[in-house]
Amino acid sequence: MSILVGKNTKLLVQGITGSAGGFHAKQMIEYGTQVVAGVTPGRGGETFEGKVPVFDTVRDAVKKTGANASVIFVPPPGAADAILEGFDAGLELVVCITEGIPVVDMLRVRRVLEGLKGKTRLIGPNCPGIITPGACKIGIMPGHIHKAGNIGVVSKSGTLTYEAVGQLTALGVGQSTCVGIGGDPVAGMDFIDVLEQFQADPDTHGVILIGEIGGAAEEMAAEYIKANFKKPVAAFIAGTTAPPGKRMGHAGAIISGGKGTASAKIEALTAAGCKLAPNPSEMASTLLAMLKK
Amino acid sequence: MKIHEYQGKQIFAKYGIPVPKGYPAFTVEEAYEKAKQLIAETGSPVTVVKAQIHAGGRGKGGGVKVAKGGADDAKALAEKILGMQLVTHQTGPEGTKVRRLYIEQGLEMQKEFYLGAVVDRDRRRIVFMASTEGGVEIEKVAAESPEKILTVHVDPATGLMPYQSNQLAFGLGLQAFGKDTPKKFVKFMAALYECFVKEDCSLLEVNPLVVLKNGDVMALDSKINFDDNGEFRHKEWAELQDKDEEDKVELEAKEAGLNYVSLDGNVGCLVNGAGLAMATMDIIKVFGEKDGVSPANFLDVGGGANQEQVTKAFKMILKSDKVKAIFVNIFGGIMKCDVIANGVVAAAKELGLKVPLVVRLEGTNVELGRKILSDSGLAITAATTMADGAQKIVAAVAGGAK
Repeated sequence: MSILVGKNTKLLVQGITGSAGGFHAKQMIEYGTQVVAGVTPGRGGETFEGKVPVFDTVRDAVKKTGANASVIFVPPPGAADAILEGFDAGLELVVCITEGIPVVDMLRVRRVLEGLKGKTRLIGPNCPGIITPGACKIGIMPGHIHKAGNIGVVSKSGTLTYEAVGQLTALGVGQSTCVGIGGDPVAGMDFIDVLEQFQADPDTHGVILIGEIGGAAEEMAAEYIKANFKKPVAAFIAGTTAPPGKRMGHAGAIISGGKGTASAKIEALTAAGCKLAPNPSEMASTLLAMLKK
Repeated sequence: MKIHEYQGKQIFAKYGIPVPKGYPAFTVEEAYEKAKQLIAETGSPVTVVKAQIHAGGRGKGGGVKVAKGGADDAKALAEKILGMQLVTHQTGPEGTKVRRLYIEQGLEMQKEFYLGAVVDRDRRRIVFMASTEGGVEIEKVAAESPEKILTVHVDPATGLMPYQSNQLAFGLGLQAFGKDTPKKFVKFMAALYECFVKEDCSLLEVNPLVVLKNGDVMALDSKINFDDNGEFRHKEWAELQDKDEEDKVELEAKEAGLNYVSLDGNVGCLVNGAGLAMATMDIIKVFGEKDGVSPANFLDVGGGANQEQVTKAFKMILKSDKVKAIFVNIFGGIMKCDVIANGVVAAAKELGLKVPLVVRLEGTNVELGRKILSDSGLAITAATTMADGAQKIVAAVAGGAK
């Protein structure tokens, strides 16, 4: 009862010997994720925490451990290269946590990704990762706020995802899988890619979609929902009060040339049959009201 | 990050993109000297005195003037422009003070075009846009007659190909200026694309791009925005930054590793995560709009801030006179609630807490964080949810004003 990741996911951590990579590798292991390998060039042969073998290359790690997913904690200068290395090794899923990758690097990454035709999926960069509660946590989200269940969450924002999850769990409602797609202008999976997965997952009964100002991904998601998506969707768009022309934290969160406003996104999602949470404290209750009908 | 026209042209020149001859000037005297030098070098008495501010629309606002009467004329114009408060459609009504000038050679041109490049995030490609409507606001053209804007998207695997530049060249009708003009444009475009990628641009604009009397193409203006994420491989950006053009508080925040944007309201916000920070602003407005309560800032302390950064962030908010109350909204993930609590307490004790403070903590180490706040002896209102916090902050501000 999940999408993309679960009990059988075998994870390798790129950048496991760094401080962020090491810290979160430990957290993921404690949560129960099968962390089978770490990769740091030049550190092959070491072990992490006395049990996870470290390799010099992703190919090596995959060959020796059968890893099928990767999470990247490599700093921006080497992050695009790390993503491409994950693609090259034939992984099914690459999750990039790194914030601050130059957009021209991501344009190249996207170009390669398109050529893979779905063989490998990319989540992020600049995202909290993906979690199937109780089974597999890949990323930096606090595991303890989650609860296994039937609501899918997809979001551009890390902390707003936690907020939505916290609300659901407080109401006793669990999540199938929560996906943070990140707030960069050019990234991997978008709302539609994740919604397609939720559509196909019989154990996801409803979805909370969290967007923000900038770009047109929410509008495109609205079109997809209207035409194809059969499950209830509650949505929240952050940035109604954001001034135009200012980057609001995320590289992609900017209203430029009058495009990417919250009101345009809210209008599109409403027209597609989504219910918009009247404020960010009511994301979960808005969806639950839809499910009760 | 934005840079000035003259800095952009110096970068253009590095890539072989033709630009007029010119010199920056910081004083009227310097402007006079540079105009004299330019006239001697070009043999023409015509120079152009251009205000250097980051906002566009300078010509319309009176910040660009042609000096036809030699260096004395240029000096007179420099006296007028330097120090003026230049108002354009991008500066806001208060305008921007002109602190730098660019003295440029005057050229005889046949026609002006618009040329720009940005990242088209929905198609994940760099897109070049060109239009025969040069020298005017391209936003207007896009809104009123989008068919007049030609576009090509660049495949990063091949880079910009000559056929694409030809599509623009012949689409703009450049062949009318001589058979070599389209060829010169293709070369120009190749250099511009190289510049975009190598310099980590997020926006490049040449408005206008001109065709000169002799059929040459030239960048008469330059606008470059850099992708801030590229900073680590561009040490030279530090030199290009004009701190006079930046918001002082935002600059201070950036140096402390914080994301900060000034707004017009009266509630200071301290939040972790960009999305939650925006949502916090939104919810204050939802509950406070009718009472005139709205956010004074966007502030994301990030996912991994330490206690010093939180203290710094809190101090920045406290320093502002317009802040009538402070809302701290934290959902701890990597960021632990006790770290936030310690930072808030340290700053409040150091500077004194003169306005109501509402704190909503949730997530990792929440109990510890709440205990630190309640043990601090400070007058802190605890909130359970974002909505609860927003309502309490609105009550604090609206109640205090009555």
